Amino acid sequence: MTDNIINAKYITRETNHMEYQPGMEVPPGDIMEQVLAARAGYDETKYTAKDVERALAADGLTTEDFGALLSPAAAPYLEQMAARAREETRKHFGNSVMMFTPCYIANYCENYCIYCGFNCHNKIRRAKLTMEEVEKEFSAIAKTGLKEILILTGESRNMSPVDYIGEACKIARKYFTVIGIEIYPLNSDEYHYLHECGVDYVTVFQETYNPDKYETLHLGGHKRIFPYRLNAQERALMGGMRGVGFAALLGLDDFRRDAFATGTHAYLLQKKYPHAEIAFSCPRLRPIINNDKINPKDVHETQLLQIICAYRLFMPFASITISTREREGFRNGVIGIAATKISAGVSTGIGEHIEEGESKGDPQFIISDGRSVDEVRDAILAQGLQPVFSDYIYAG
Amino acid sequence: MEENQKEKDIFTLGGHEFTSRFILGSGKYSLDLIKAAVEYAGAQIITLALRRATLGSIDNILDYIPEGVTLLPNTSGARNAEEAVRIARLAREVGCGDFIKIEVVHDSKYLLPDNYETIKATEVLAKEGFVVMPYMYPDLNAARDLANAGAAAIMPLGAPIGTNKGLRTRDFIQILVDEIDLPVIVDAGIGRPSQACEAMEMGCAAVMANTAIATAGDIPAMAGAFKKAIEAGRTAYLSGLGRVQEGATASSPLTGFLAD
Repeated sequence: MTDNIINAKYITRETNHMEYQPGMEVPPGDIMEQVLAARAGYDETKYTAKDVERALAADGLTTEDFGALLSPAAAPYLEQMAARAREETRKHFGNSVMMFTPCYIANYCENYCIYCGFNCHNKIRRAKLTMEEVEKEFSAIAKTGLKEILILTGESRNMSPVDYIGEACKIARKYFTVIGIEIYPLNSDEYHYLHECGVDYVTVFQETYNPDKYETLHLGGHKRIFPYRLNAQERALMGGMRGVGFAALLGLDDFRRDAFATGTHAYLLQKKYPHAEIAFSCPRLRPIINNDKINPKDVHETQLLQIICAYRLFMPFASITISTREREGFRNGVIGIAATKISAGVSTGIGEHIEEGESKGDPQFIISDGRSVDEVRDAILAQGLQPVFSDYIYAG
Repeated sequence: MEENQKEKDIFTLGGHEFTSRFILGSGKYSLDLIKAAVEYAGAQIITLALRRATLGSIDNILDYIPEGVTLLPNTSGARNAEEAVRIARLAREVGCGDFIKIEVVHDSKYLLPDNYETIKATEVLAKEGFVVMPYMYPDLNAARDLANAGAAAIMPLGAPIGTNKGLRTRDFIQILVDEIDLPVIVDAGIGRPSQACEAMEMGCAAVMANTAIATAGDIPAMAGAFKKAIEAGRTAYLSGLGRVQEGATASSPLTGFLAD
């Protein structure tokens, strides 16, 4: 397995963020170039009401239709977009809403991302769980009835190396039927190893698809290398993963262009790897510890719902996750329209499922919806929808 | 057809006999509605996505399925023959019986079945004694291969799954009905009772529906509507449909000049 990736400490603000560094695998093809060209060519002002109406009437959207639905011209059509999105969601997913919980097993980080609570210069309590603690944590989560888990770490190859994560995933297999990871980007052989440990889904947030903006936000560590991060999903698929998740952190840069790039990225990868199951997350900026200067209202709920509906109509078969970054009322509303996956019983600290309120390490962000698994399940049922705990058999 | 034969219109599948020709999907709505839907549908076969049913919850699902109803687990989630075989064996191990609906899909956009991998899985599972019901794209050559591989029925799609678009593959399904000596069960795409009725009029042995019922306003009532439509279509088929002609019949026939 890969063991020659350059140490994160050598990647600084002096490093060219567009240049792969020693040990980083480059996948074949030009997906990134196509995504960046699409983003650069996206002009939100060129769309009219007519374009939006055509997109809403279409059976199968083109990328142009998708662009129209993301544009300001679509804003007056939000109610119609929601109705169409609901129709597509029900056709493809019936009444099912998948439930899962994220579990942070470490929060050490070697990146310097100026907007993130985990960044290596932020003075927070750092921790990683021992395998004994991991087992206790997973066991506590499994008792809530959940069958799907998303395992997260901070981005430190040194403190939470791939084999550490692999061991945790092997333990997770004892308790869960669906295992996803949201960790630092890997080479395809490392993804292959984690797939063998039981992982099937890989989510990587690109944060922003604007390389210039990206450079100013990611000042050090592996994450600074834009193409290595952008092509992580492709390497995951090359490594045998079943599904990949995409997201831009909306509000970091022009959210319409970033949403357009996110959808285009997913579209191109699914075309190249037809079996790939596609998932979208739709994070907005949230307040973080030791930094209250960021305005989380750059993307309002209205815009967020427009983006979520546009994703749904562009890729009706994709899974869309709604996180606890959003408040209860919004999450309940959006599962009735377009989201198909919802987290519950969430804590973003380290080891918090064992000792509530007494985590070993501080959280990455503050959540807005602290409902338990039972409460979220009841809310799903109250809408006449069907909570689904397991939607997958690991078949190798 | 004789009247008494009509009354005993038995649907045989892998040596098992059924009187209902409606296979009900269960994957897209809540458990407490399954029981009502099965009853209103008069269904004797109900599908179960094993990936949705973890070991602990299978008993739970069985609780909602009335006695005497045959469980038809499917291999949804399988991307190739090998995975389908593994899921089928798991289904048998956890007590789902010998029926298996093979679904092999490695296209996440259209969810179209892979006939080639499906044939391979059918061959393996039929030899292991499963009652194999493969979900397929309606292709005559593939259907013949499935029959030779030991399938108990074939399940061609009417339209892409979840679309409720009806019998878009009508002509090709008709070819399968005419040529394949196995029950042909239309699966996927049936959105309305009238479409289910049409499939039965064509001579299909049964119809499976899931999304159409799961997304209806009143699930049990829609299940009941499908039941009636399927019965009507079957009766029409058994009765021999009347002729349908394009245009009127001329009162002065072209051949009227013939003397003897």
